[in-house]
Amino acid sequence: MSSAIIQVEGLGKKYRLHHEQRERYTALRDVLVQQARQLFQGRGNDAATEEDFWALKDVSFEVKQGDVVGIIGRNGAGKSTLLKLLSRITAPTVGRIHLRGRVATLLEVGTGFHPELTGRENIFLNGAILGMDRVEIRSKFDEIVAFAEVEKFLDTPVKRYSSGMYVRLAFAVAAHLDPEILVVDEVLAVGDAAFQKKCLGKMSDVASREGRTVLFVSHNMPTVMRLCRRAILLDRGSIVMDGPCAEVAHRYMNDGKFTGAERLWEDTAKAPGNEFARLLAVRVLGPEGRPAPRVDITKPVTLEMEFRVLQGGQVLVPNLHLYNEEGTCVFVTGDSDPVARNTPRAPGFYRSRVEIPANYLSEGGHYVNAVVSTINPVILHFYERDAVVFHVFDEMNGDSARVDYAGPYPGVVRPKFPWVTALSAPSPAVN
Amino acid sequence: MTPPRQELIIEADRIEQQYWRDLWRYRELFYFLAWRDILVRYKQTAIGVAWALIRPLMTMVIFVFVFGRVAKLPTEGDTPYAILVFAGMLPWQFFANALAESAASLVGNSSLISKIYFPRLIVPASAVVTCLVDYLITCVIFLVLMVYYAFVPDWRVLFVPVFTLLAFAAALGAGLWLASLNVKYRDFRYIVPVIVQFGLFLSPVGFSTKVVPETYRVLYALNPMVGVIDGFRWALLRGEAQLNWMSLGLSVAVTAVLAVTGVWYFRRTEKTFADVI
Repeated sequence: MSSAIIQVEGLGKKYRLHHEQRERYTALRDVLVQQARQLFQGRGNDAATEEDFWALKDVSFEVKQGDVVGIIGRNGAGKSTLLKLLSRITAPTVGRIHLRGRVATLLEVGTGFHPELTGRENIFLNGAILGMDRVEIRSKFDEIVAFAEVEKFLDTPVKRYSSGMYVRLAFAVAAHLDPEILVVDEVLAVGDAAFQKKCLGKMSDVASREGRTVLFVSHNMPTVMRLCRRAILLDRGSIVMDGPCAEVAHRYMNDGKFTGAERLWEDTAKAPGNEFARLLAVRVLGPEGRPAPRVDITKPVTLEMEFRVLQGGQVLVPNLHLYNEEGTCVFVTGDSDPVARNTPRAPGFYRSRVEIPANYLSEGGHYVNAVVSTINPVILHFYERDAVVFHVFDEMNGDSARVDYAGPYPGVVRPKFPWVTALSAPSPAVN
Repeated sequence: MTPPRQELIIEADRIEQQYWRDLWRYRELFYFLAWRDILVRYKQTAIGVAWALIRPLMTMVIFVFVFGRVAKLPTEGDTPYAILVFAGMLPWQFFANALAESAASLVGNSSLISKIYFPRLIVPASAVVTCLVDYLITCVIFLVLMVYYAFVPDWRVLFVPVFTLLAFAAALGAGLWLASLNVKYRDFRYIVPVIVQFGLFLSPVGFSTKVVPETYRVLYALNPMVGVIDGFRWALLRGEAQLNWMSLGLSVAVTAVLAVTGVWYFRRTEKTFADVI
């Protein structure tokens, strides 16, 4: 028996881009006009309006049974196209996929849910859509209902459900699928934190205990790192890297526009800025004072920015804006020096540093926007988005804020505060 | 021991190999989609299924008035005009609904099509089946009408299922064409109501085929519903409406061509549905 449950060879998918059309579907009129035009002008003229676009090109890989593989990449890297090909939603242009097992796809939670139908009816309908038969759904019905925690609302149309209940029910049906191969898109980005945790638990169960093969697409690096041992990095339709999850994730974080932990602008004329100030460098420094793309959550991180003041006369405040992978602003921090914030800076080279204490940031990727601004009136001299990026990881050795808890840990920041819990005398209110 | 595995090879130009087997495997989905449409159809309506009765009944009353009383068109033998009209109404309503529903079905289920794999043929086919249920409900009115006019059909009534099947094939064939064209060219969203509207008058619904001049009969029979409606009248009106074998044959042939090419065109374009819908 070959151990590869999924074999992909030279897979490619080509889309034709129509430059003139804005809408995805064609109007018959356009086709007729074009046909008429061709009749008079001859063929070969339409090259200007059409362009081939390879959403996926020459992709080959193998997945063994029981593997949990993360597929990562930026928007437009071809992740969704790959999933759609694997799940037969669309056909490949070239190449071959060999699947040795039943595939279930979860590209979206609640596909095919009908708002007018009740929870009970939708369980059956959605189950059938996902490829279960009636006997199978019936045998898992109670389990699904219990997992979704919607017992009381089974006979209510789902259009009256809260969005949380809706998502829970939808995921519960999908989670009880019994395929050999489970293909999951970023469906876990929905629902409340507690339910997400439950889903992640269910997913790891599916993989580890039941020996299922899971392909998991996500932007959420901590989730991918927790679930997958192996990851495939896609960029512009091709596989850039395929290997152990941590290494691939690291590569991804430092890929392309993410120049990594250090970014320099050698030519001042082209550097971000204006006639008053120009950005020269931004760095993420680890505890040793060297640029560090990966930072231990239990160690402090120093962010450093170098800039040049070309003209005096302006009060310049260097500040840094930190964003996480979900695009949420973690915080904005600026130099609040009481003298500098009231005094124009003299021309010259400056270096600003700020230390973020240990056990303060959350796990995952962090993007640093570097800014020099004047407060009154507000002028942004430069605002460099995603100037540097770094990844905070947790060794899980018990020193971090999570202590011994290994599950998903919500929060934009994860400070470790001094807690005191001790036996005390009962307060007077208690009798 | 490993459980029996389902092997699947997806290749650039060979994706269709397991198509018919898949169609069988997904029969549950077929059933559930039809069930969903039936369940949803009359939800949050005050009189529910009664709508399936009111529409053909109203049309019949109007047709009896316009064609029978105002235009004074002849009936078949001594059949009450209402029965004549209703015998045409039955298959026509089914065909018209099935055509409209199946033509719109793919676009209406676009979220399913772009997110999940299943043989796409299921969607328009289950739309037609859903209309079959309405058709069966309408048959009840016909029974009531027959009781009212004390009109009892003879053994020919056994052929009604055959002609129902013919209407089914015609609706599905045309529906498949329109559904797949509609995915790419949304123009067909506007064409379908026109077909249904004109078809009502181009088919012998409100009148008997015998009022159509002989010279146009062949041309007329190219409309597949002519054969179906004539067949229904023959089967329901105790043979008082003559069955013209030539025109029935022509309608059957047109239906066959529609159905075969419908499936062929649908299968040919189906692969790209998810990309263009």
